[in-house]
Amino acid sequence: MTGFGVELHALSVRFRSTAALDGVTASVIPGTICGLLGRNGSGKTTLLSTIAAFRRPSGGSVRVDGEAPWENPRVLAGIALVREGGDVPDVRVSEVLRYGAAMRPTWSGEVAERLLGRFDLRSSQRVEHLSRGQRGALAAVVGIASRAPLTLLDEVTLGMDAPARYACYDELLADYLVHPRTVVLASHLIEEVDRLLEHVIVLDRGRVLVADEADALRARGVRVSGEAERVDAFVGDARVLRRETLGRSAVVTLYGDLGSDARARAREKEIEMHPLPLQDLFVHLTDRPGSAEGQGGAR
Amino acid sequence: MFHGRDPIYVQIADRIRADVAEGTLGEGEQVMSTNQYAATYRINPATAAKAFADLVAEGVLVKQRGIGMFVADGARQRLLAARRARYFDDVLAPALAEARRIGIDGDELVEHVRAAMAGDDATAAPTFPAPTEATLTEVEA
Repeated sequence: MTGFGVELHALSVRFRSTAALDGVTASVIPGTICGLLGRNGSGKTTLLSTIAAFRRPSGGSVRVDGEAPWENPRVLAGIALVREGGDVPDVRVSEVLRYGAAMRPTWSGEVAERLLGRFDLRSSQRVEHLSRGQRGALAAVVGIASRAPLTLLDEVTLGMDAPARYACYDELLADYLVHPRTVVLASHLIEEVDRLLEHVIVLDRGRVLVADEADALRARGVRVSGEAERVDAFVGDARVLRRETLGRSAVVTLYGDLGSDARARAREKEIEMHPLPLQDLFVHLTDRPGSAEGQGGAR
Repeated sequence: MFHGRDPIYVQIADRIRADVAEGTLGEGEQVMSTNQYAATYRINPATAAKAFADLVAEGVLVKQRGIGMFVADGARQRLLAARRARYFDDVLAPALAEARRIGIDGDELVEHVRAAMAGDDATAAPTFPAPTEATLTEVEA
């Protein structure tokens, strides 16, 4: 099994008068790891809950493996949504795992056991006695061991310390390589998850800001520097996210396609070109209008 | 492991090119699979696959269905030729420009180059195949 795909069409979710999701159209390709990025309150959790049919759409549609997930046992058996808090009642760790095994036809007890050890969890521990990081780790164990065709991880690494977070990324990737599946990873630790991602969806205030291949997105974020006039000529009509000058030289942060000959042109004009880390690009793109720095320059 | 200047798949491709050019990766030798790359460098396997696709398109690697990726015959010579072709523009030109800026003259440069190359010949075992007639005339020209 290579995983379930997800198709979202004009999806809206409203809470009374506020639109948590507003016309979201995007897809997740089966068998890929997709990053769901967005600032706090951008709708990431609502989107994942709606895909997992914890929530019903107010408008538009969700398709998982070609079908609406709402009250659809076949599809739901293949969706594992785990969240930072773990969403588990006050039971022992062993019971959480037993529940996972009973729910998931794809569950691997062997993986669960090994990961418990890796995260220093004991099956006799009660969930309420776990620290925040340990609860996140337990959620990660459940998420990975489920081997669900659609695995949705909602900020599971939030309370974990750095070694635990990296262990989580490594284990997820290692198991994904052996058992490919579709993974949607919501996180705002973009720098850390960056290299795991093949696709990226950026949500901003309930709407899709960008949905693309991660490499294509990375290629569109560029920082160029050099002699100011040359830099401005080189930039042309690409969208400028930020411009700084220092004496006669300028550093310009761009978003857009500079063309396949950009490197050669840059070298000719003695302009340095650096790709923008995904995290920086995200910060620039989701910066609020009115906050001066995000809006500099022409489109 | 990776620097921030180029996309990761470009860096992977560059490293494989360098390994082939320098003979660390022999012709006909199998390269790591996308999954091995992904696990070793902790990256998405699609990123590694992209590097391989570029190298196959360039003729550095050949794909044997169901078996894996191998270094193509003649890849080393082709890469070396390409690197030699770029050497004067990419490596030497900036060094000469800097020499000009700081006032090192041609005689001093030539003297230094002669001494350094003579030292190389005497001590270091060459990593690269000895220059051929063609490259020698190119240098003199």
